[in-house]
Amino acid sequence: MWLIGETVDSIRSIQVRQLINQAVSLGMIVTSALIIWKALMCITGSESPVVVVLSESMEPGFKRGDILFLHMSKDPIRAGEIVVFNIDGRDIPIVHRVIKVHERQDTGEVDVLTKGDNNDGDDRVLYAEGQLWLQRQHIMGRAIGFLPNVGWVTIIMTEKPIVKYILVGLLGLLVITSKD
Amino acid sequence: MHSFGYRLNALLTLGVTTLALMCAMASFSDNFNHPSPSANVQVMNVNWFQKQSSGNDEVSLTLKISADLQSTFTWNTKQVFAFLAAEYETPGNSLNQISLWDSIIPSKERAKFTIHTKNKYRLIDQGSNLRGKEFNLTLHWHVMPKTGKMFADKIVMTGYRLPVDYR
Repeated sequence: MWLIGETVDSIRSIQVRQLINQAVSLGMIVTSALIIWKALMCITGSESPVVVVLSESMEPGFKRGDILFLHMSKDPIRAGEIVVFNIDGRDIPIVHRVIKVHERQDTGEVDVLTKGDNNDGDDRVLYAEGQLWLQRQHIMGRAIGFLPNVGWVTIIMTEKPIVKYILVGLLGLLVITSKD
Repeated sequence: MHSFGYRLNALLTLGVTTLALMCAMASFSDNFNHPSPSANVQVMNVNWFQKQSSGNDEVSLTLKISADLQSTFTWNTKQVFAFLAAEYETPGNSLNQISLWDSIIPSKERAKFTIHTKNKYRLIDQGSNLRGKEFNLTLHWHVMPKTGKMFADKIVMTGYRLPVDYR
């Protein structure tokens, strides 16, 4: 109860200059986070350097809620690599393993077939209508490392947006009521 | 400076930083492991070998695969994903890699094995180039850690050849 009382008191004693100060500090924090994210995109060469595992198709290796670090280099795509790809028409990227590769002599372009470790069949059922193979332009990155369970925060915030609003609200309250 | 909010924030930051550091150290310790795996594959039988209606060659094989991947496991290993790929070159494609069989090895004890199996995934060429084709069988393995960087390596076994005629 004392925390709420303290908070209400500090909101009452707010001055304009202090408020602007807080707003700028908050803006700086958000901007720094954005800069770090964009820098990571440059360093890893991938549009999304970190992804959260959403399905169970790669169990027991990757479980729902794990996060994967991606990297996209010019190295050719080879069998066994875990790649993240987008299918035309779907917005959620899929993280599966490459099981077949056919690389052209003349152009160096590749046809790639993927499959989730925990799935019985390959991914042709997931590809677009009439699509038999993936090409390099579909692939966003290779998984090079992973951290378990850290992605649950993102899953909860996406599936239950109310949590996101509560968290942002709390953060805002903390910033406003801090004395310096 | 001493409010509840600040203390909670400091505690959480310290907790997360320590966890991240421990994960990084655990992953780094994997670099000290020098694995010495071994593998041997025999083609026991060519079950059938035909040209499909699509014009592509397809072959079905029975394989005997024996391997010892125990040395690839470290304390930070969750599982090892092993697969056997047939690799060959054709006039149209500089490289073809077709996974024939794969397996998830969940523990060190299960990493030494011998199995007889038909190919799990269909060996279909892009075209009709497989008659008399010389190919390599490569055993790949991917070490998936409990946390951190993933390692991958392979053993290439050469000298396999498909029959000259369909059967």
